[in-house]
Amino acid sequence: MSDLIKIFIAAFLVNNVILMRFIGLCSYIGMTSDIGQSVGMGLAVTFVTVMASAVTWPIYYWILKPNGLEFLEILVFIVVIAALVQLVEFYLKKSVPTLYHAMGIYLPLITTNCAILAVTFDQITYNYNFVQSVVFALAVSLGYLLAMLLLAGVRRRLRNSPIPSFMMDTPILFLTTSVIAVAFMGFAGLVK
Amino acid sequence: MKRLFTIFLNGLIVENPLFIIMIGLCSALAVTTTVANGIGMGVALTFVLVMSEVIIALFRKLIPNSIRMPIFLVVIASFTTIMDLEMKAYFPALSKSMGVFIPLVVVNCIVMGRVEAYASKQPVLNALFDGLGMGIGYTWVLIALSVVRELLGNGTLLGIQVMPSSFSPMIFFILPPGGFLVFSFWMALSNQLRKKILAGRKPEPTEDSCCTLPDIGSAEKA
Repeated sequence: MSDLIKIFIAAFLVNNVILMRFIGLCSYIGMTSDIGQSVGMGLAVTFVTVMASAVTWPIYYWILKPNGLEFLEILVFIVVIAALVQLVEFYLKKSVPTLYHAMGIYLPLITTNCAILAVTFDQITYNYNFVQSVVFALAVSLGYLLAMLLLAGVRRRLRNSPIPSFMMDTPILFLTTSVIAVAFMGFAGLVK
Repeated sequence: MKRLFTIFLNGLIVENPLFIIMIGLCSALAVTTTVANGIGMGVALTFVLVMSEVIIALFRKLIPNSIRMPIFLVVIASFTTIMDLEMKAYFPALSKSMGVFIPLVVVNCIVMGRVEAYASKQPVLNALFDGLGMGIGYTWVLIALSVVRELLGNGTLLGIQVMPSSFSPMIFFILPPGGFLVFSFWMALSNQLRKKILAGRKPEPTEDSCCTLPDIGSAEKA
């Protein structure tokens, strides 16, 4: 149990997927102009990441590895994730329309979200077992949601602030992110 | 010939994938702690981008519209695998220091975005030059970022000591916050340059089809 907590804290705060590892930056900048939107995207990513992790782990250890096909992992994982996203979209549309309207529009964007693919590679690099992989996936994607929320909150303030004209638009976002990342450096060493 | 050259130049500044369209940011910030890594990543991405664009442009009339995305993904993933294995074989140290970011080229929005927005509609030669322009546009930004970060963070360039020995390296620039900071200032600089270049011309809208919702994205830029 304690190793699961360690994995969770490490992936959620210490190695935050966006602020410390730069993964998933495109959607971090693109989708945070509105708090509701960033929560929707964050939840959709959480949902798909956990599912992708639970699906790719057995594929790697039960199909690819026994047959010596590890070199195909990039190809197989991306196709599996794309298919999974499509299936989830169909299922939500048919069975849970309310949820579909809340986060369905973000699903097509998710196929090319680096964070999800990175989780599936990392869980294999770190030799996690199935439960550890799922906890890791959950922690990474919640870290993603946290970073999205932080920037979305700051952006609301930025809109009414006097910003030097050469830093307008996106440069100031990266400057803000840099400051948030400095704050996250404080978590370093939390997990030995 | 002149037309091809214009396509090539487009990727360098006017539609630079990192500064203007803002796609493919993850790998750009993560690997630029040293100049060698920056160059390696730039070359790797350019290879995958050019090869995928050429192959897709060759087959653009045979690919059914409804299943084009999976086909693009498989083509890009194949070239990424080729590049990943080549890197592991010939540059093991470089491959190790870039880690997960090499397989992540497959979901790099630059590749997917250009294939979808450009190569699937244009003849092969145009696609080739677009790939080269975008690839080199990406590479120069990586080199610009990594020169600042390695020089200030480590006092070296390509591993050779440049700064005098009295200079104490500012580790901050090697760490993630430094990456965001340097990128932010380079971006501000590049935006100024672009404004000057486009001063007489009407700027064309740039499209980012893979990381923002279309309607919200355009509202944000307007």
